[in-house]
Amino acid sequence: MIPAIVVFLYLATVLYIGIFAFRKATEKAEDYFLASRSLGPFVFLFSLFGTNMTAFAILGSSGHAFQNGIVTYGLMASSSGLVIPLTIFFIGTRVWALGKKFGFMTPVQMFRDRWECGHIGTVIFVIQAVLLVPYIIIGIMGGGTTLYTISGGLVPYWFGGAIVALVVMGYVFFGGMRGTAWVNTFQTTLFLLFGAIAIIVIGAGMGGFRSATQSMLTSPLAPLLTRERISPLYFFSYTFIPLSAIAFPHILIFCLTAEKMNHFKKTVIFYPLCILAIWLPCVFLGVMANRVTDVPQIRAKQEARRVLATQGKNMTPEARDDLREQSSGDDVIMLLLQRYAPLWLAGLLGAGIMAAVMASDSQILALSTMFTEDVFAHYGGKRRFGEAVQVHTGRLFVVILTILAYAVALRAPETIFELAIQYAFSGYAALSPLLIAALFWKGSTKWGALAVTLWTAFAVVAVAVYQHAVPAPAPGPPIVSWSVGGVDVLTRTPGGTAVFGFMPVVPMVIISVLLMLVVSAITAKPNRAIIQKYFPSEPLAKAEVVSAKS
Amino acid sequence: MNRILLIIAVVVLYFLHQDFWFWRTARPLIFGFIPIGLFYQGVYSIAAALLMWLLVKYAWPAHLEQEVEQSHAREDNNT
Repeated sequence: MIPAIVVFLYLATVLYIGIFAFRKATEKAEDYFLASRSLGPFVFLFSLFGTNMTAFAILGSSGHAFQNGIVTYGLMASSSGLVIPLTIFFIGTRVWALGKKFGFMTPVQMFRDRWECGHIGTVIFVIQAVLLVPYIIIGIMGGGTTLYTISGGLVPYWFGGAIVALVVMGYVFFGGMRGTAWVNTFQTTLFLLFGAIAIIVIGAGMGGFRSATQSMLTSPLAPLLTRERISPLYFFSYTFIPLSAIAFPHILIFCLTAEKMNHFKKTVIFYPLCILAIWLPCVFLGVMANRVTDVPQIRAKQEARRVLATQGKNMTPEARDDLREQSSGDDVIMLLLQRYAPLWLAGLLGAGIMAAVMASDSQILALSTMFTEDVFAHYGGKRRFGEAVQVHTGRLFVVILTILAYAVALRAPETIFELAIQYAFSGYAALSPLLIAALFWKGSTKWGALAVTLWTAFAVVAVAVYQHAVPAPAPGPPIVSWSVGGVDVLTRTPGGTAVFGFMPVVPMVIISVLLMLVVSAITAKPNRAIIQKYFPSEPLAKAEVVSAKS
Repeated sequence: MNRILLIIAVVVLYFLHQDFWFWRTARPLIFGFIPIGLFYQGVYSIAAALLMWLLVKYAWPAHLEQEVEQSHAREDNNT
């Protein structure tokens, strides 16, 4: 129970931070949704990083490593450590500058202005919102599961989920962006501090990592220390996934909160190091959990994995899915803590894990910002009712969204939303050409943007329908659904779908780029005054100068 | 620093992520317990941070901030 008490104290602290931020707030929309674009370099770095460190990143990374080995770090972490800071450097800084110059608060506002479109912006808003909702639901589910596990079953799932939903809703409701950024900073600091302690304590408890690694090398688990089970094409595909980060509305909106552009410098440089500090221990501990023989839950997971590998081919798809669920390693970090860490430390680390689980705060705020700016204000609400009503609407939206997410989290199976998140990453990666085209290509048009958005929606649904229609096979050779001239075009793998051996994200991004290029090339270009506004080096004809000034 | 060199550095680092040379081996174990494939990817993260430092130092888009300041100055003059 002690770890649960520590976690409750932590939850009370973050709620207090949100309420404290409320005392600094004004009734201005820019203050509530963007903290008046005033975040300093330290808060900007840690809150931006913390926003990206979801439950999927922390619990999912160790769970994925438990099942797949060291490849997890190369797949999900080191590629992100290169691609995400690059996108922040090239795209984040430009979006920040446009936000400062023209007052944008959401990506859709920028797209509407850049491409002179109204309803196409609404289509982009809808697709972005639909892809973001599963994160909020899975955050509440993760909160309920974590509190249940940490308390040894004393706090039921429904109650744990309700507490996490209330706390997140509380500090987002009161603190807005300022409260969310401060809480994220606090959470990231906590996780960085206690993550290092965790690896030392668990390593000592296991009798040292040297002996654990050596014994793994001589066991059937040795492939987990290499990447021989993963194809190089699959590994390469994963470098496309981090393109999604900058296209996520909550990340792009965070880029608008920095007080000065110089604050991006530390974020860009330290981002790969923060990834190293958090992901490397999580991945390594996930792999090493396979050597823990005296925790019954871990042994049960390994047994489920063994049965799936040896007898999976003769089972029904439902039975295979059950075994996959049983062998899932998302809670191995918590099991290791319970086994090896003293109670007080397990509590603090549990709080750190809660921090990651609760990263849905910025997604809730982002959806609220998008709704009030892209729908409420765009369709005349702000003009008719004023800015104070707009902020109240944003707060009301936070409450309604959280209650709905909690209701869904109680009823729906978690696996559905885990899958949805997988699709969402690919979907946002396929939307990233919108940003690149808007910021770097004068010739891009609203019709190109619409084509990219509709293609993304179609591709995400198509992959979901395909994976539903063709159940995942047992570990081993994939199911070939379509081959041409001996080349496998579309295959169903145990982990998902492959197109020419690549993950779907690769063709999705490539086709998005091609659609933007081709459709923009054959449709009418935006007004030259708009081009000049976004590309100041572009010369204007005299008549256009007069038009732009007026 | 020449921007072309920086672009080359970004492209090279992107492809160095695909370290097929350590694909099927865990040895040597660095510090006696970290498989070489994991160690390489950890060092890769440090190399990414170094590359970001070079980009920030030699290719920082300072003109964006100047444009913002000029735009605010124009607004102040107009009011």
